[in-house]
Order: sequence, then C-alpha cells, then structure tokens
Amino acid sequence: MTTTDLHALTGAYAVHALDAEERAAFEIHLAVCDACRQEVAEFAATAGRLALASTVRARPAMREEVLRRVTTVRQVPPGAAPPERVRRGAQRRRGLARWALAAGVAAAAAFGGTAVWQYERAQDASHEAAQEQRRVEDLAGVLAAPDAKSRSAKVAGGSGTLVVSASRDRAVFVASGMTAPPRGKVYQLWFADGGKMRSAGLMDPDRGSQAVLMRGAVDGASAIGITVEPAGGSKQPTSSPVALLGLPA
Amino acid sequence: MKEPVYIGSAPTAQPDLQQLVHEVALGDQEAFAAVYDAVAGSVLGVARAVLRDQAQSEEVAQEVLVEVWRTAPRYRPERGTAINWILTLAHRRAVDRVRSVEAAAARDTKAALLDHQPAYDEVTEQVETRLEREQVRRCMRTLTELQRQSVTLAYYRGLTYREVAEALSLPLGTVKTRLRDGLIRLRDCLGVTA
Repeated sequence: MTTTDLHALTGAYAVHALDAEERAAFEIHLAVCDACRQEVAEFAATAGRLALASTVRARPAMREEVLRRVTTVRQVPPGAAPPERVRRGAQRRRGLARWALAAGVAAAAAFGGTAVWQYERAQDASHEAAQEQRRVEDLAGVLAAPDAKSRSAKVAGGSGTLVVSASRDRAVFVASGMTAPPRGKVYQLWFADGGKMRSAGLMDPDRGSQAVLMRGAVDGASAIGITVEPAGGSKQPTSSPVALLGLPA
Repeated sequence: MKEPVYIGSAPTAQPDLQQLVHEVALGDQEAFAAVYDAVAGSVLGVARAVLRDQAQSEEVAQEVLVEVWRTAPRYRPERGTAINWILTLAHRRAVDRVRSVEAAAARDTKAALLDHQPAYDEVTEQVETRLEREQVRRCMRTLTELQRQSVTLAYYRGLTYREVAEALSLPLGTVKTRLRDGLIRLRDCLGVTA
C-alpha cells in the first residue's frame, strides 16, 4: 500500500471502518503524518455531529442505574494513556562519544553482563556465541555509528529510545523500565513501511530494561511499532500498538 | 451547492463539559451526573443508530458512560473536545458490539443490507435536537449518492469499508475515497473545526 493510499484511510479510520490489522498499520502511519492526524481529528468531530443528530431520550431508570454503578467503579490513575505518540521535540541528535558510552552500557544490559566475556572468548566460541557476539557488535555499532539518530518516547510505564543508523540501515530499540507484558504475552517490534508491517523481533518478556537489535534492515521503514502478542510472536500485529515511534529524520 | 449550510453555533455540547469532565477526573460524582445529563441521550442515540436493538443499545450506552467515569483521569483536552472523546468512545463500542461474534451471526446479509438502503431518515427520526438534525440532514443532501451511502453504512451501520464495498459492489479504493470525500464535504458543510 502506498503512502497516498494510506492518507485516504483517514475517513475509514475516523468512523471505525478499518479492521484490526489495518487499524494498527494506519496508527503507525498516523504517528508520522501530521496532516493525517489533523484530518482524523476533524473527521472525528464531524462524526460527533452525526452522533448528536441521533440523540434520543434515555429512560430515567438508566440514569439511576449508571449513577449507581459508578459508585462501585474505581477510576484509573491519571497518565499512562496508551498509545504514546512521539512529539517532534523529543527527537534529537547525540554526540558520538555519548553513544559509544551508551553502546557499552546497552550491550552489557542486553546480555546480562556476558558481553565482555563473549568478546574475550570469541576465538573458541561456539557458533551460537559467535552469533550472539555479532549481534552485540551490530547493536553496539548502530549505537556508536557517527550517523546514529535517536528518538524517545514514554512506552508502557517506562521509556523507549529508537536509535537508527542510516549508513548501517539498522535500528536498535532501547527500553527502560517498561512494565512486563501480561502472562503468556510478549512485546513484538515492527517496522512499518507504507501499510505493511514487518516483524522486527521480540523483546525479552522478563526484562523491563533491555537493548534490542531490531531484526532485519530498516529498508525505508517510516516508523516502528510495539504490540503485545502471544508468546512466540505473530506474523502480523493482532492488537493496537502500545507505542509508535516515527523514524528519526 | 458548495456554500456551507450553517445554522447557529456549532457543537451543541454544553460549554462547561470540559470543566465537568475535569471534575469527574477528580472523582466528583455530582459532576458525573451533570456529564451524564449532557451526553447520555447522544451516547444512547449513536448506540441505537448502529445496533438498532433497544436492549443492546442501552447496555452499550451504560458501558460507555461508566467508562467515561472510569477513564476521565486520562482524558487529554489537547487530543480533542470532551464531547468528541465521549461520542467517539460510544461509536467505537457500538461498532465493536455489532461486529462481535454473536451479533455477526444474526447480522443482515448483503441482500438485506441492500434492501434496507442506509435509511438515514430512519436513523434520525427520533432526534430531539431539531437544529442539529436539520443541519446534518441538509449537509447529507450535499453529498453524492455514493458518498452518502458510504458514510451512512460505515458510520450508522458500523460496517468496515470492505463490507461497504461488498454491500455496494464497488471496488475498495472507490469506497475509501468516497468515504473520505463524503466526510470532507460534511465537515465543510457543518463548519467543523478541530
């Protein structure tokens, strides 16, 4: 689906006429399309007028019932309103030195402190360990790349930072203090290009803070999304994203 | 035909609804009763438009109103007015219900949908808010037939745009653009800003 096609979905989105998968894809697009957000807001307000025109009189008994029910319903705490959208101001460039430092920290965090050990034992490491090491190197390489750019957002009770290196065409997602997914579920990362969602791997469900080298090349993706999926992940998102981050420009 | 048909001031929502929702967010049950009085008829109206069934509409309307109480602390004014937040929630819930498995089993077939053309008048005949109804009705008339059918089937019947395309035997892309064009025309005609 092209970007133009996606723009045209503003109407269907605003009146809830998309199925779950299309909605998830469109919400990823919305995160990076200011004009679309504006149009969706206007259409939602227009739909509100259609609703007002349908106003009927409710039975007095319904009022009593609802007012009685709310006395037993606890209100949600303020904040933590999903999904979080990234503001442009949150995007910033950081110096190489800072990322080089971050790379070390993140690499250690990602592999529970075993990264250094893996470097030292690289020569006789098993194939698996060698793969792991490549991941660490790739991950660190993205974070330390001279052209690394980042964008941060609040994600699931914590924060997430997306770091992208255009020259390496890879991305790293650094999570900090995210709340655990529900039992039997995982956070899954996605690249969004146009209307297509490409899985970019799973996060470790047991750790709120981790650095993940996103699977596959960025390859022109316009945004990343995070959804909650059944353990093992899904081929396509099955729920609305808990977070959406446009790629840092 | 393009000049806006515009009667009186836009959204009939009470001016202090924002403030009331703010007070509801602080746990004020009296403020909630006032919010209820301001929006219950519209919440029920949109649920009934989509669901048709009296009992189901009331059930959904009650759920929505309790949800307004429950989630008021998370309402963000910068994302839209309180009335639009509530009516969007109402429509969303009504659509979810109409698409749920039980409802789908009893759902109109394609043929039945076509028999009962999107009866816009049917939807609005119970309307109390005369001006609002008149204005929406006039603006609906400025739409082309395809735009009107697309908007009506999607909004008032809760169909996905794929289902609308199937019901009207039109290509997906056509429905997508007619739906958007129809909403643009309604937006301009109703003088909606956001």
